[in-house]
Amino acid sequence: MAKGKIVAGCIAPHPPHLVYAENPPQNEPVAEGGWEQLRWGYERLRASLADVDYDAIVLLSPHWQTYVGTHFLGLDHFEGLSVDPIFPNLFRYHYNMNVDVELAKAIHDEAAAAGLPVKMMENPDFRVDYGTITTGHLFNPDWDKPLVVISSNRSTAYYSVEVMQEIMIELGRVTRKAIEASGKKVVVLASNSLSHRHFTTESEVPEDMSKEHITSHAMHLWDMRIIDYMRTGQAQRILDEMPEFTEQAIAESDGGGLSWLLSTLDVPNYPAILHGYGTIIGTGNAVVEWPCHAHEVSEA
Amino acid sequence: MSAGEVVASFVVPVHPHTVLAPDQNPGWRRLRDAFDGAAQTIRDLEADLIIVYSTTWPSIIGHQIQSDPNPEWVMVDHDFHDLGSIHYSFNIDAEFAHAWDDANRNRGLQSRCVNYKGFPIDVGSVVALTLLNPDNTIPAVIVSSNMYANRSETTVLAKSCLDVIKAQGRRAVAVTAMSLSNRMFTDFIEPNDDKIHSLKDDEWNRKILEFLEQGRLEDVGQLSRTIHQQIRVQKVVAFKPMWWLSAMNGNRNDLTGSVLAYEAIHGAGGAVVHLDPTPSGAGDKEYDEDDVEFFHGERGVLDTVDETDEGQHDEVEPLVEHGSGPELWEPTDAEGSVNTNAAPKPVGAYPHARRVGNMLFLSGVGPRQPGTNAIPGGPIHDEEGNPLAYDIKAQTHAVVDNIKRIVEEAGATMDQIVDVTTFLVDMKRDFQGYNEVWAETLGKGGPTRTTLAIDALPTPIAVEMKVIVHMPE
Repeated sequence: MAKGKIVAGCIAPHPPHLVYAENPPQNEPVAEGGWEQLRWGYERLRASLADVDYDAIVLLSPHWQTYVGTHFLGLDHFEGLSVDPIFPNLFRYHYNMNVDVELAKAIHDEAAAAGLPVKMMENPDFRVDYGTITTGHLFNPDWDKPLVVISSNRSTAYYSVEVMQEIMIELGRVTRKAIEASGKKVVVLASNSLSHRHFTTESEVPEDMSKEHITSHAMHLWDMRIIDYMRTGQAQRILDEMPEFTEQAIAESDGGGLSWLLSTLDVPNYPAILHGYGTIIGTGNAVVEWPCHAHEVSEA
Repeated sequence: MSAGEVVASFVVPVHPHTVLAPDQNPGWRRLRDAFDGAAQTIRDLEADLIIVYSTTWPSIIGHQIQSDPNPEWVMVDHDFHDLGSIHYSFNIDAEFAHAWDDANRNRGLQSRCVNYKGFPIDVGSVVALTLLNPDNTIPAVIVSSNMYANRSETTVLAKSCLDVIKAQGRRAVAVTAMSLSNRMFTDFIEPNDDKIHSLKDDEWNRKILEFLEQGRLEDVGQLSRTIHQQIRVQKVVAFKPMWWLSAMNGNRNDLTGSVLAYEAIHGAGGAVVHLDPTPSGAGDKEYDEDDVEFFHGERGVLDTVDETDEGQHDEVEPLVEHGSGPELWEPTDAEGSVNTNAAPKPVGAYPHARRVGNMLFLSGVGPRQPGTNAIPGGPIHDEEGNPLAYDIKAQTHAVVDNIKRIVEEAGATMDQIVDVTTFLVDMKRDFQGYNEVWAETLGKGGPTRTTLAIDALPTPIAVEMKVIVHMPE
């Protein structure tokens, strides 16, 4: 069996506003557009990977929040209605997705062997979180690739960003190891925003872009700083500054997705591609791709 | 109809163990038995409404209130999915939910009702309503916990809820679905190994329960921030439910408290506590913060008016253009003037009211909301002058609320109003609705009244009142 590999790693944020604005048939509410910079960013990401062959998507979602260990979806198929508890006016999505349980179990087992508390989620009534659904839709609207869905352990809230990062770097390492052992080609996605301070009011027309902007200049500066590290191949500096970034930008990196992603990619030192940046109710969001397939080291 | 009151309050834990696995651990069983006892107490009190403030339903855009009359689904906990599923079908009082939503906005809060099939009701609410109202005979309402809300916002949320309880004459039970210490074990444990996560958490929990047993709810509310720092996992789930529950009980320290059970649930502190409004005779209180009737917080970040500039206008000049409407002004401040941020900005150079001797004269008061300038019940026409449907009752209620804020700012009371002149832009359409609200509100105090039909008012409103108050020396 050939060695498995990660063909791309991406930051793929999950605000439901993007699905709402796109008006896919699966979503009940109807919009007049909005947030085009990010939606077109997702289009560029999809185009960038159109000719890249892969077998599965591994996704870590900060809206499947677990306090007791890290969990993995453990059944072949999930379908149902996902209603966002915070923006139910925008997101009521009928989902139908397949899970690569074999790969999920492989990562689970590697993590357990490394001493991380882990559990497979095998309750058929479980409703998949809207972060997973949103990122899943925006990255792959056809839903024709199986997913591995990993919960977000809330160790930042329990301990500190430093402890979270230790756990996530280890989880990333075992994720990479399990993927390589599986023989599969995989895309890994961290489903999170950057700065994450919301507006607490909503305009009468939610997609009114005249109301949309970053909540503060400080948030903008942090977002640009982190994006610039991505664009210039300085992933290690992102990890180094993660505690300050997470605290000062109230960043959604507190969920561990970004640290996990960079570890899974073995802390890349090549430039990432920024496909789009925009704000959503004041939070900073970037669609970013690390094109691993273009930076493979030949084993010949 | 009775006066409307909170007949009991309960603190209950949020995790699903008490529903799905009470017999796997003796402590979980004791919590379940306490839940069952609380349910019986609620029945014995002949309560007709259960209000749940849930810490496991976070919101960002203000507070959300469940208004689906019969939400049904299957709830599976994100962490404890292996315990099983909870099928729920609740009896929600949609009328109360909408009235609370209106009351919230009248007090300056961002608020909305949610009524969507498949809405994921949170674990704390599901556990509370499943066990406290097992046969669904008592209608319920659920409100979210805003992740950014501070004490004043949470207090006002309770006061607007009380407005509706009183208006509808309800016998309400207030419930906070919450943990005390909420640090769980971060690894998997056997049920019989469950205990409070740490000695420090246990000690804090017992101190909180000691206060509650003494009926000192307001003291716990005032300690909320300290408690949160000491024994709470940070971010969304703060200890703010005690702010809400204390305000629901009039910020009192002399309730009759009873701790029905206190146990660990995967390390977190779970307690069932009953707070009876009967005065215990114990406990004075010390306010460490201003009480607040109206929320002026950070809302309005999308609005045109920059409220951070309030109070910095020394010149008598308009603040901003307000859309296509008239300019907004800071109220003038000549001797005897009475002005308040709780009333809408004037549309010219005049005060909200002016006192001369023991007489108080109010400038014309409309329904616009302070801060947002929104018009409850909707504007009567759009920016192009095209007529719009509007609710004269909602507008009239809002006028009365604004009058009350100005009158109370002057140190007077509503029953001291002696004369009112009302201006309606459409007498034929609106007199009946206006007259009904009058009878429920100002009419009860018995002031003289004159109602006039006029062509228009400066903003797109349908009603304005001119009020004179006689204040005893």
